[in-house]
Amino acid sequence: MAVTTRHTAKVTLPADDQILITREFAAPRHLVFRAWTEPELVKQWWSAKRGEVTIAEIDLRVGGSWRWVMVADGGFEVAFHGEYREIVPDERIVSTEVYEGMPGAGAVNTMTFTENEGRTTMTILVQHTSKENRDAQIDSGMEAGLQDALDLLEQAAVSLL
Amino acid sequence: MARAATTADAFNAVAEPRRRQILDLLAGGERPVNDLVVLLGLAQPQVSKHLRVLREVGLVDVRDEGRQRKYRLNGASLKPIHDWVKNYERTWSERFERLDVVLEELKKEEARGSDD
Repeated sequence: MAVTTRHTAKVTLPADDQILITREFAAPRHLVFRAWTEPELVKQWWSAKRGEVTIAEIDLRVGGSWRWVMVADGGFEVAFHGEYREIVPDERIVSTEVYEGMPGAGAVNTMTFTENEGRTTMTILVQHTSKENRDAQIDSGMEAGLQDALDLLEQAAVSLL
Repeated sequence: MARAATTADAFNAVAEPRRRQILDLLAGGERPVNDLVVLLGLAQPQVSKHLRVLREVGLVDVRDEGRQRKYRLNGASLKPIHDWVKNYERTWSERFERLDVVLEELKKEEARGSDD
């Protein structure tokens, strides 16, 4: 197997209603873009180590929809869907994202791919649609609580040491 | 599952923006209540209420110094939140490790293509 550079994904919080995920890849950006936009490739990685991607539908055009479904190792299904709003090949994708377990609270994701000497820095900016949605998710959901947690973490990181 | 009470743990205690602001201020060092009142621009009873919530979940510690009550951040109690965020980060890291493998395959495929 090829030796790949391992980096952790960096998760930060630029604003009250945003999450920013950043990661560098040892590959040119047109390949990273393909890995995000071709169903057979998405199926190979999107489940992380936690299950299997059973559906990866991608209609890659403005107004086209996407739907990715994963069956987690515990047997339960995790599904997301949305619509593409902006596509700049190899550079940028803007899409909506709805977690089907919480259909009222969608977000808009902006992904960018920047290449430097054959390596690609990818960012995903998750923009929540309203503070109400965010607050509704605090008790049961991941992202809203995550934002608060990250907010706090950023502010108080020093004290964790 | 929903958490029992709004202030039962650190997660809920930090869901309130003012309380995060207080923690932010205390991250810079110990401060008397009066400082917080001035910096937050809130009435003392409101500040005291928030401080009580933070103290109940262990996010801040208090001590009396002369006639002043001084509050400081308790970093250790942030650990559950820290761990939880790390878990989210780990999911993405695992995902991207698999994506690394996919990309290596694509690079090889491309290299083979250009050799033909």
